[in-house]
Amino acid sequence: MAIVNLQNVTYQYPLTDSPALQNISLQVNEGEFVAVVGPNGAGKSTLCYTLAGFVPHFFKGQLTGTIEVAGIQSHQTSLPEWVLNVGLAFQNPFNQISGAKFTVFEELAFGLENIGVPRDEMKARVEEAMKLTGISDLADRSPYSLSGGQQQRVALTSILVMQPKVLVLDEPTSQMDPIGTREVFGVIREMAERGMTVILVEHKVEWIAQFADRVIALHDGQVLLEGKPGEVLTSDLLAEKGFGLSRYTSVARRAQELGLWTKDTLPVTLDEAVDGFSLTPDPSLRSASQSPTGRGES
Amino acid sequence: MKIEIKDLHFTYPTGVEALRGISLTIESGEQVAIVGQNGAGKTTLVKHLNGLLLPTRGQVLVGDWDTSKYPVAKLASRVGYVFQNPDEQLFSKNVGAEVAFGPRNLRFRGEQVEALVKDALALTELSDKTETNPYDLSAPWRKMVALASIISMDTQIVIFDEPTTGQDAVNIARIANVIKTLRERGKTVITITHDIDFCAENFERVIAMSQGKILLEGKANEVLEQDEILATTYVDPPQLTRLGKRLGFEKTVKNQEEFLAALKK
Repeated sequence: MAIVNLQNVTYQYPLTDSPALQNISLQVNEGEFVAVVGPNGAGKSTLCYTLAGFVPHFFKGQLTGTIEVAGIQSHQTSLPEWVLNVGLAFQNPFNQISGAKFTVFEELAFGLENIGVPRDEMKARVEEAMKLTGISDLADRSPYSLSGGQQQRVALTSILVMQPKVLVLDEPTSQMDPIGTREVFGVIREMAERGMTVILVEHKVEWIAQFADRVIALHDGQVLLEGKPGEVLTSDLLAEKGFGLSRYTSVARRAQELGLWTKDTLPVTLDEAVDGFSLTPDPSLRSASQSPTGRGES
Repeated sequence: MKIEIKDLHFTYPTGVEALRGISLTIESGEQVAIVGQNGAGKTTLVKHLNGLLLPTRGQVLVGDWDTSKYPVAKLASRVGYVFQNPDEQLFSKNVGAEVAFGPRNLRFRGEQVEALVKDALALTELSDKTETNPYDLSAPWRKMVALASIISMDTQIVIFDEPTTGQDAVNIARIANVIKTLRERGKTVITITHDIDFCAENFERVIAMSQGKILLEGKANEVLEQDEILATTYVDPPQLTRLGKRLGFEKTVKNQEEFLAALKK
C-alpha cells in the first residue's frame, strides 16, 4: 500500500523564474526502498524538502498538487505533526545539528525531548540507535568536534531515533569513506526490512543497484525514468543526459561498441560485470576468466 | 618548489594525536591524491602545508620556507587551499569579488588581478555568474566558486580537500579538467578524496593514510591494487581495478583505457 503519494506536484521557490519541481506524481509503498538519482539542479533536494514538509511549511513560494504521507495531506497539517511521520537527514549535516546541545548523546535526544518521550525510553532509544549506526563511542563528544563523516552518522542517527514511518535521506554518505558508506547502506537496508519506508538521494549508483528496490531518475524537476535499478541505471537516456553511471556500466558500453560485450543488458555492479565479461566470445579471454592464475601472456 | 615533511607529529589541544610521524617529499609539479578513512589525519596533514596548523614535533618545508617561521598570509602566496566545505571560505557579495579577493591580497596589480580572475572563472565555467551572490548558487556550484577563488591566486601548490563531494558527473568532469589544466601549467596539485575512482583516473601518485601515519604510498597502480592493506584504512580499490582482478588480468588496471587495452589482449 502506498504510504507516500504525490499527485501533480509543482513547486517554485520565491524569487525564482522557473519551478524546481514540475508535475511530479509519485507513489512509494510501505517498506519500500526507493533511490532518487539526478544531476545537480534536477530537484532532488527540493523533493526531499517537499516530502519532509519544509515545502510549503518553511520555504514559501508556489505549490500546487497534493503531498500525502500516511493518509495525511501536508497542507492540512502543521510541521510539528508532519515530522512525526517523516524524518529528513540533510545533505549538509552541519546545518542539521541543533547548536543547543553539548554532546552527541544530548543532540540525539533533542527530538525525543521535544515530543515528550519519557526519560528512560529516551535513553534506551538513543543508545539503541547509536549502536545501530556505530557511533556509541562518540556519545560524549561535542557534535561540532566531529569529522564530516562522523557528523553525517550523527545526523542520520538523530532521525532514526525518532522512528519515523518514512525516512528521507539526502546524500547521507557524501563525506564518508567507502567502508563507512557500505556500513550506512547496511543500516538503511535494515531499516527498510523492519518496515520503514526509505527515500534516498544518492550519487553512488553501485550501492543503489545492490540495495534499492526502485530508482527514480529526476531531471529538470521532472521524473525522467523510474523502474528497477538494473534497468534505469543502465539506460541510454541517463548516459545522454549526463547522469553519473557506474564505471562498470560505462566500460561495458564502450566494450559493447568494440564488440567485447555480448550480453543484451549492461552491468551496474561488480558481479554483473564479471558475469558479462566472462561470457565474451574472445577465446583467449574466456580461458582467462576461467583460470584463476591469469592468461599467461604478456 | 618542493614540499618536504620531516617526521611530522601533531596533537590537537583536546589531546587527539592526529599525526604520528609523517615523512614525505612532494616534487614541484607532482599530482598527488591522499586517501584513507575518516579521521586518518588527511585534512590535518594538508593544513600544515599553508601554516593553518603548526607541527607539535617535526618540520614542514615549502620550498625553502619553514612553515613555522612564516605567517599564513605569507604562505598563501605559495600554497592555495580549497576547504572541504565551501561555506567556510566564501563571504563576498558576488562571485567576481570572491575570486578577486585572493589575488588582490597577494598584491597583484589591477590588470593582473583581472586576468587571473578571468582565467579562474573560465576554467571553472563560472564566467556567466560573476555578478551572482555565491549563496544564491547551489552547493555544488558554491564549491566551484571556492575552487576558482584559490586558482586565481596562481600559487605553485594547490590543495583540494574532497573536491567531488556532492558533485554530479558533469561537475566531476569539470573538476578533472581543472586538475589536468593545472598539471599542464606545472602546478603541484594535492587532493584529498574518498572517490577512489576519481583518484585512479586523475592522479599518478597516491598516498594512503591510516591513524595519523602513511600506510602506503607510490604510483597509483601499485598502491590501488593492495586491496587487503587498503581495506585496513577503509578504502576499496577502484571499480575497474577490482573488475580486472576478478577477470584475472595480469596487470593492474585503474581506468577505462587500461581496462579495454587489457581486455583486447
